[in-house]
Amino acid sequence: MIGWLIRRGLQAVLTFAAAIVILFFLMRVTPGDPLMRMTEDRQISVAEMARLKHRFGLDQPLALQFITFTSAAIRGDLGVSIYRYPDRVLDLIVARLPASLLLGGTVLLLNFTIGVWLGVLQAARRGQFIDRWLTRLSLSGYAMPSFWLALVLVYFLSTRWRLLPSAQMTDPLLDPSAPFAVRTFDLLRHLLMPAFTLAIVTIAATMQYQRTAMLEVLRLDFVLAARARGLTESQVRWRHAWRNALFPVLTLFGLWLPILVSGSVFVERIFNWPGLGSLAWEAINGRDYPLLLGTSMIVTLLVILGGVCTDLGYWLLDPRVRRP
Amino acid sequence: MTPLLEVTDLVKHYLSRGLFRAGLPTRAVDGVSFEVGRGETLGLVGESGSGKSTIGRTILRLDEPTGGRAVFDGVNVFETDRETLRAMRRKMQIIFQDPFSSLNPRMAIGSAVAEGMEIHRLAPKAEIPERVAGLLREVGLDPSLATRYPHEFSGGQRQRVGIARALAVSPTFIVCDEPVSALDVSVQAQVINLLRDLQEHRGLSYLFIAHDLAVVRQISHRIAVLYLGRIVELGTTDQIIESPQHPYTQALLSAVPEPDPRRQRTRIVLRGDPPSPSAPPPGCAFAGRCFHSSKNARCTSERPEQRTVAGRQVACHHAG
Repeated sequence: MIGWLIRRGLQAVLTFAAAIVILFFLMRVTPGDPLMRMTEDRQISVAEMARLKHRFGLDQPLALQFITFTSAAIRGDLGVSIYRYPDRVLDLIVARLPASLLLGGTVLLLNFTIGVWLGVLQAARRGQFIDRWLTRLSLSGYAMPSFWLALVLVYFLSTRWRLLPSAQMTDPLLDPSAPFAVRTFDLLRHLLMPAFTLAIVTIAATMQYQRTAMLEVLRLDFVLAARARGLTESQVRWRHAWRNALFPVLTLFGLWLPILVSGSVFVERIFNWPGLGSLAWEAINGRDYPLLLGTSMIVTLLVILGGVCTDLGYWLLDPRVRRP
Repeated sequence: MTPLLEVTDLVKHYLSRGLFRAGLPTRAVDGVSFEVGRGETLGLVGESGSGKSTIGRTILRLDEPTGGRAVFDGVNVFETDRETLRAMRRKMQIIFQDPFSSLNPRMAIGSAVAEGMEIHRLAPKAEIPERVAGLLREVGLDPSLATRYPHEFSGGQRQRVGIARALAVSPTFIVCDEPVSALDVSVQAQVINLLRDLQEHRGLSYLFIAHDLAVVRQISHRIAVLYLGRIVELGTTDQIIESPQHPYTQALLSAVPEPDPRRQRTRIVLRGDPPSPSAPPPGCAFAGRCFHSSKNARCTSERPEQRTVAGRQVACHHAG
């Protein structure tokens, strides 16, 4: 176990390092320039431009810039934002992290609890009315662009029926000293629409993977044997079948883990959700190299972490992996 | 004494749904009747698609029957409600062909054996590990293996686990659905001997399903030969092996390897395939492949009913 963890950890660190190198240089070859963006159409002297370049270290050779960046990053310093000078990148990210974790966590929770449950239900009722309609519905959700669905929801639920707030994470007019329950309720009202938008457009994959995996297991003899021993249908379904059908969903979970920090740029923009997605959007628009690199690093980290979590899950749950 | 299990006119049709029209039902089992006595083994032979596994599964109601009765110990299994059925399952168990798919890969074999006892509360919790150890010993496995998982076992050992799992609830009747077909010949003999010993010690009754007459004859007291969802011949093992009356039984028997090289025998090679179970011919289902010299128009027009010939049941116009 320890040996495996060390090996897997080293592999993850190497992947992360390689990803950072690629990200760093890829950003520099994309068109655009943070200073041009910052000054926009203002007249600016050559000397002033050179001074700005010097201040952000952009006049250094690329290789040197990379070394400066990495040596600082290793010490936990991701540099200073250009677009939002003089804020530090790390502070910006940390400030946005809770909102992203809340939205992403809710989406993951909704997606995997409801998705798994519906997928299992579909497999148990294979070919019946409910199975066919759930497939149709979930695929329609999958086919919907998230920004379109978000706008439709805002139009009906906020503009027309005034049921839910259309943007932000909290009501700006709410007294910050209001009781905890009131503030939580306010937060949930704001969370509902963005979370459901993202859950609806992503849940189809979970359901279909779960359905297929379940169908594959349900036709195996040990399921019949369990039924023959007198287990109830739900014991057969969950204790025997599902425990052998959760692996594809585990993989999917690892793939979706980055949504915790990335949210969805579109959905966060539409609902003005103060998460990392909106921050990344700002960083892209401003060609803010340090900030963009910082947000990308967080997503990269979660992608790699998702892989490690999946492997760890297999290791914990599948005796065939555990004892080769 | 009444038989332990009495199956009358069992019918199982599968509906195939076409895209635009309802397809013809597949008549997997088409009116089958037999009995299994206490402590008896009834062998059920037939080729793939003859409906033998379907019979085993429907009488345990792992598959819902289309028609007929299966009276087990005085109760019609086909008419019990769900709760009674769950309680009855304790008395009727099943062993499967494929030792790889018949065990839950995520369950240690000890837990798999224990589960049945826990469900039916057959023993106090504290006694269960001891009972599991006893069962493993009974099927010839070391009790220390209880914490191992199925992938750590060979095919023959897995089959023994499957038998221990079935025995855990102290059944009186076990459907053995091709329990040795996936095993090496030497292991086949071991498992058959084990099943025989268990029958002797526990007074079990078996419905032993196989496609290989050579295997079935080793363990069965009586044998039923199945062809396209119907029983074509049913008699004691001696009757079937020594003097088969139905041409299909004769053909099956001629395919069994003869250990004595001095004995002469002719091999009957059947041509063609069985007809489709969704559109069986009007007469005898076997007529298309029959080699009987007196085969005539009656064979293709009138379905032969079962009648008694030389002490056993045969469904052939020309037998006897």
